[in-house]
Amino acid sequence: MSTPKSSGMSSVINVMRRELSGYFSTPVAWVFIVIFLVMSGVFTFYIGSFYERGMADLAPFFQFHPWLYLFLVPAIAMRLWAEERRSGTIELLLTLPLTTGQVVLGKFLAAWLFLGLSLMLTFPVWLTVNYLGNPDNGIIVAGYIGSWLMAGGFLAIGSCMSAVTRNQVVAFILSVVVCFGFLLSGLPMVMNVFTQWAPQALLDVIADFSFLAHFAAISKGVIDLRDLVYFVLVTAFWLMANTIVLEIKKAD
Amino acid sequence: MSLSKNFGGIVAVDRLSFSVGAGEVLGFLGPNGAGKSTTMKMLTGFLAPSGGTATINGHDIINDSLAARRIIGYLPEGAPSYGEMTVRNFLEFIARARGFKGREARRKAAAAIDRLNLESVPEQTIETLSKGFKRRVGLAQAILHDPQVLILDEPTDGLDPNQKHEVRSLIRDMSSEKIIVISTHMLEEVQALCNRAMIIADGRLLVDDTPAGLIARSRYHNAVTLVVEEPERVASILSEIPQARKVELREGELTVFPAEGARLFEVISDAVKEYGWSVSELRLEAGRLDEVFRQVTQGTVGK
Ligand SMILES: Nc1ncnc2c1ncn2[C@@H]1O[C@H](COP(=O)(O)OP(=O)(O)OP(=O)(O)O)[C@@H](O)[C@H]1O
Ligand SMILES: [Mg+2]
Repeated sequence: MSTPKSSGMSSVINVMRRELSGYFSTPVAWVFIVIFLVMSGVFTFYIGSFYERGMADLAPFFQFHPWLYLFLVPAIAMRLWAEERRSGTIELLLTLPLTTGQVVLGKFLAAWLFLGLSLMLTFPVWLTVNYLGNPDNGIIVAGYIGSWLMAGGFLAIGSCMSAVTRNQVVAFILSVVVCFGFLLSGLPMVMNVFTQWAPQALLDVIADFSFLAHFAAISKGVIDLRDLVYFVLVTAFWLMANTIVLEIKKAD
Repeated sequence: MSLSKNFGGIVAVDRLSFSVGAGEVLGFLGPNGAGKSTTMKMLTGFLAPSGGTATINGHDIINDSLAARRIIGYLPEGAPSYGEMTVRNFLEFIARARGFKGREARRKAAAAIDRLNLESVPEQTIETLSKGFKRRVGLAQAILHDPQVLILDEPTDGLDPNQKHEVRSLIRDMSSEKIIVISTHMLEEVQALCNRAMIIADGRLLVDDTPAGLIARSRYHNAVTLVVEEPERVASILSEIPQARKVELREGELTVFPAEGARLFEVISDAVKEYGWSVSELRLEAGRLDEVFRQVTQGTVGK
């Protein structure tokens, strides 16, 4: 009378599928996609002076992604755990024979795929640049990959913050602040705070934590393994933190 | 096992200790806030105990939680489910989470829909269902994998009398080879369903007994109630007989409580014949559970 054991990955995929179908049965997904597309259009064509630059690349498009994600990704992430708590389904989910890690990963992957889909829907920008000129499509692909990886980093932070508090607004603000820290950690403004007293080794570490620096490298078309590994590590770190936070305070 | 749980300064469950065997249907009774749900949350691995642990079929709920959860079917309080999903999709999700694949998962979901009479709504989203239907979806989810251990937090809350009856017979049908723990505020449910009842208050176990044993604690146990003309006169006569400890007159009903170990019914029916009272009702009381419940739980609350 024993029930079958499920393998780790199929449990993750099961959670991911459920979550993903949830996105499209509420207006959240559509609203997000529309806002994302409109905003990236506005940033690219007006603020980024896409036409005036007269260059056939997507630099103005990618350049604003970190700032776009800074607010949009926490908006998607804030409901990840808060919503499960509000509806009480967290009790159902975490008493199924699934590990907390599998559930965290499944929910993360669903949101990340969703962000990937939103990103893919910006393809008219890519068509436009190909119509107008002769861009290096390799660099553009690299830009998309970098952008998606960076979104994953933001998302993992947001997911963890959503597990910290059941209040969605607080979760949103916390993740914007933490994401902001990660974005800026390499800039002079932040570095100045540390240069006075911190040892060089620490300075290098902090400078190296910057999303901007790593993303800039990738979006220039230089796919350095270290940049990829950086985003994967940041994401893994925050998902692990997310798992631990949940284990400690799933019922609060 | 022995379980404790504190929330900040509140002791929700205080060294609660019991064991349940296959074939037992254990009913948790207790006033609001007694710690019934908290105990269930600990058994199902949702809450970590502040102290102590428990084993479920040899699986420790802390160190071997996954294995324990695999053999448990759990209906959390309020029967939460994903409102935006259809009943069928939801149950198939649960089936896959329980390790069933593809066609097997679909078969299990369909069987659960069948068992809880959800055939009329499988393609409806759960948020559009009435409260009773939502509860049945929650039950379907809990029994889907034919678990060895069923833990149900207020399973019949919000069901109409027919569905209550259906769910009770469903639980009874499954009870022979399973361990079933339910919590309820409906005392008649304990009598109808459970072969063991525990009364909990303030996180402590007060009584652990069979429903019959509980009823026997009632002061109404073996009392005789009669409806008769001129009750005052009858009452004064009856209070004289040695087998009667006490006579109470309430809302036209006369209740005679027996002295220790006395058999009142024969004595009173003889008296009725002898005096020729015109009696419209004469019954032997089995005992009243609600009265036992109040007596047991208010004893502690009053302190
Ligand atoms: N997350 C929590 N934080 C703080 N206190 C809690 C929490 N959950 C439960 N409690 C407290 O623990 C005690 C037991 O609650 P529990 O839900 O187990 O009661 P119950 O017996 O199920 O009551 P009911 O019959 O109303 O369902 C209550 O005093 C409750 O306020
Ligand atoms: Mg309860």
